[in-house]
Amino acid sequence: MANEAGDPAPPNGAAAAATLGAALGAFTLGVCALAGDASTAVAHVLNVWNPTGPLSGVTAVAIIVWLAAWFLLGRAWRARNLDFRRINRLALTLIIAGMLLTFPPFMDLLQGR
Amino acid sequence: MEISLRDAVTVVHGMFFGALLLLMFTGAAMGLYASGASGDHWTPGPRQRRYFSIYLALMALLAWLAVLVGAYAVYPWYRAHAPAGITDLSGYPQRLLMSRPSTTGWHDIGMEWKEHIAWFAPISLTAVAYLVARYGGHLHAMQSVRRAVVGLLALAFFSAAVAGFFGAMLNKYAPVRGGVRIVLMHAESHGE
Repeated sequence: MANEAGDPAPPNGAAAAATLGAALGAFTLGVCALAGDASTAVAHVLNVWNPTGPLSGVTAVAIIVWLAAWFLLGRAWRARNLDFRRINRLALTLIIAGMLLTFPPFMDLLQGR
Repeated sequence: MEISLRDAVTVVHGMFFGALLLLMFTGAAMGLYASGASGDHWTPGPRQRRYFSIYLALMALLAWLAVLVGAYAVYPWYRAHAPAGITDLSGYPQRLLMSRPSTTGWHDIGMEWKEHIAWFAPISLTAVAYLVARYGGHLHAMQSVRRAVVGLLALAFFSAAVAGFFGAMLNKYAPVRGGVRIVLMHAESHGE
């Protein structure tokens, strides 16, 4: 595959890393939001900046996981061509799960409230 | 014509960063369509692709500014604890919403969802900006990568729309207000 200038397409590994990294960040955010909502002890740990409360830790952890996953996967996959449909399916699953985990009625359902 | 400092920061957060970001999604959708279209009239050249990458990077920047100002400036005012015995809760939006059964849902569902889902927008838009900058000229041929870009852009739009809707509604029922008063303009009364 080449563009109109005739340059060959770069391997899709870097794209897979960026996509999956974002999905992992979204999923982590959902997991941390649920954990903080379900447990006072976890909420206390996530309270890294008191005026913002546990939200500061939830988002900090999600950003760290997102960037770390993007960096590590990017290094491992930069020269590879992967089955991108599988990456997209996995990313979609993680994003939907992450989104559901941030939705308060779903959080309550999981906690039996 | 006056505005309080907290009102002003909330306006910058929602009506400048947030609303401008939402408006920009139309341009991003059209740009992506052009990147994937095969007709001569629609195929963008290197210069258009560079502008489009800058446009997407600007969207990501707006999304980051919106969530950072929201979480670290507006949200602490929103969730401030009211001193015991206080009856006027207008300076404590979260407590005001939770004090009435008819408005508590705006906090329990609206703010609780908004404060988390809003962060999906900058994360996914950063990935979109990177993907278009890196693969822009090849996106029409790399269908699966293009699908990922479209999906991430749709996720960013949905997240920003949810956050924007609940932000507007929360500010209707319990505005974040207070602090120094800023005089925007002096007006004379003209009567009827």
